[in-house]
Amino acid sequence: MTALAALIRRDIQVALRVGGGALIGVLFFLIVVVLMPFAVGPDLALLKKLGPAILWLGALLASLLTLDRLFTADHDDGSLDLIVMGRSSLELACLAKAVAHWLVSGLPLVIATPVLGMLLNLDGDATAAVALTLLAGTPALTFTGMIGAALAVTLHRGGLLLAVLVLPLSIPVLIFGVAASNAAVIEPGGFGAPFSILCALSLAGLVIGPLAAAASLRHGLD
Amino acid sequence: MRLTGRALKCIRGGREIFSDLNFEAAGGEAVAVIGPNGAGKTSLLRLIAGLLTTAGGSITLNGGNDDLTVAEQAHYLGHRDALKPALSVAENLAFWRDFLGGETTDAKTALAAVGLDHIAQLPAAYLSAGQRRRLSIARLLVVRRPLWLLDEPTSALDASGQAMVATLMRDHLAGGGLIVAATHTPLGIAARELRIGVMA
Repeated sequence: MTALAALIRRDIQVALRVGGGALIGVLFFLIVVVLMPFAVGPDLALLKKLGPAILWLGALLASLLTLDRLFTADHDDGSLDLIVMGRSSLELACLAKAVAHWLVSGLPLVIATPVLGMLLNLDGDATAAVALTLLAGTPALTFTGMIGAALAVTLHRGGLLLAVLVLPLSIPVLIFGVAASNAAVIEPGGFGAPFSILCALSLAGLVIGPLAAAASLRHGLD
Repeated sequence: MRLTGRALKCIRGGREIFSDLNFEAAGGEAVAVIGPNGAGKTSLLRLIAGLLTTAGGSITLNGGNDDLTVAEQAHYLGHRDALKPALSVAENLAFWRDFLGGETTDAKTALAAVGLDHIAQLPAAYLSAGQRRRLSIARLLVVRRPLWLLDEPTSALDASGQAMVATLMRDHLAGGGLIVAATHTPLGIAARELRIGVMA
């Protein structure tokens, strides 16, 4: 356990320090969402209708932005070799890295959502519902993204490949995330089912993500 | 304790690097892997470290901890230093001590042994190439592993650094450890030579 705690702590420290890029994702999210009202125009009803979809798209793109460094940074400086050789299983090490990544890049998106909801003419309840769906859904984005990050680790320009690999896999998360948010904003009552599926996607990702990422890291070593 | 490699074969990118390679080392012995560039010295070390898969043959470590793989009982000092520039010298070392686990020693003592104790709080981004090397060598001291796999351990080190590495390797061997080192320069310790990539 100490080994995994140490890995989580290190990844968080590195991300929070200068050049670590923890804020990049949330700043990108902020800019995407702030630009939307300018693009859509001052139609408050339309903004309210599009609000959840805009927040979810922003969060999806923002989480993708920081994922490509998840394993490549460790691969480039040689840390990944030592992590693979370590006595804790590679699957758990991948899980620890995903947890650290979500804490510094997924959680800030959830925290920023209430502020951004105001810009999209969402009321308090609707914003809280969207934030809740992001809280339940962003782990799934991290876990599916981690598989792509592990596949791209030995390739040059892997970041571009990552987007191509991961975005199609994120479609279910996007569908149910937006469905649950819309249910809360427009027609109260239909929130439970899509929200449960969203939670299920995150839990399935929790199991499959680390296994798949570890397998692809082992295979891709050179 | 005895490290044995039998009939090892390594293929990379469809090209055979070496085949039918045999070596052996008992506790307290060092093997110096010698050969021209591209002969497969680094590949051999990475095979032993479990970072490459063998195309044939076997690597065994007898007399160690049977519950652990060879890689889990080994330290690998590669070309890349495995340091995070944003973390300080002490934080980098503390991370590897906690992550690698097992039998550990005090980080301060290890830093003093490699001559970095006066800059423990400096971010690793400001270290010179030689200092980075010293810090990765400190990792070998802070966590005890019986097998050391060293790839050009003295690269970027000054004369005193090279002498320091020789002393540390002698101490490790005296404690019953094993060393497999790829090198172009003399290690400064008594070692069996394993020549690869040249026709005898």
